[in-house]
Amino acid sequence: MSTFRRLNVNESGTVTVVTFADSKIINEDEIAELGQELYALVEGGKPKSMVLNFGSVEFLSSAALGKLISFEKKVRQSKSKLILTNIRPEIYEVFAITKLTKLFTIKDDEADALAVL
Amino acid sequence: MSGNWAWSVERQLASKRGAHLPLMEEILTQLESLGWDGRDYFGVQMALEESLANAIKHGNQCDESKVVDVQCKVSAERFWLRVEDEGEGFQPDHVADCTSEEGLEKLGGRGMMLIEAYMTSIEHNERGNCITLEKVRDDDEASED
Repeated sequence: MSTFRRLNVNESGTVTVVTFADSKIINEDEIAELGQELYALVEGGKPKSMVLNFGSVEFLSSAALGKLISFEKKVRQSKSKLILTNIRPEIYEVFAITKLTKLFTIKDDEADALAVL
Repeated sequence: MSGNWAWSVERQLASKRGAHLPLMEEILTQLESLGWDGRDYFGVQMALEESLANAIKHGNQCDESKVVDVQCKVSAERFWLRVEDEGEGFQPDHVADCTSEEGLEKLGGRGMMLIEAYMTSIEHNERGNCITLEKVRDDDEASED
């Protein structure tokens, strides 16, 4: 397993559960690093379902949204599934304003996500 | 509503990625001390990030020979920001709609949409290289303090 600086990664059965190390996802260099770490999760090895837990995230920029959109595409291309969870109301509104609630599957918490993966 | 500002700042930013982050923190600290919180605070944070990062990246194309001029004024009720870059300018009507079905997966274009969602008023100059934003705090959030 690679070492991650922007992510915390845990395996729960056949599902990879990811939390974020930063409460503000805003610094462009860190966003680039975050993207590389997310991509590393789907590149190589057999595809696994993914849960991205946003419980620690208090703020994210549109640049971070762009990285999540690229990641979603990569997960879909690998025939895997991606669910976002534990999104606080302020962050959920960002997804709603940008209509990304249509692109991503969003559940309240990890248990809800694991129940459908 | 008071027309008096509690704090103001004028600054020139270098056109390199992340150059706006210290100023952004400085402004947010002032807002916090003035009692800003909740959705209003979050929205101002978003408007600062998107307008300043946009001026550096898309306006000045990260050309370090160019600067971004920033003016900001804050009070307990209002936030005002003017950001001017040295780029050629853009026309807001020409930004691709990234909420359309085919646009959902596109990577850019969301910054302006977020600014519009959170700010009370937005003005662009004719050239399109200067944006002026204002946020008047929601009455219920401002009166909770």
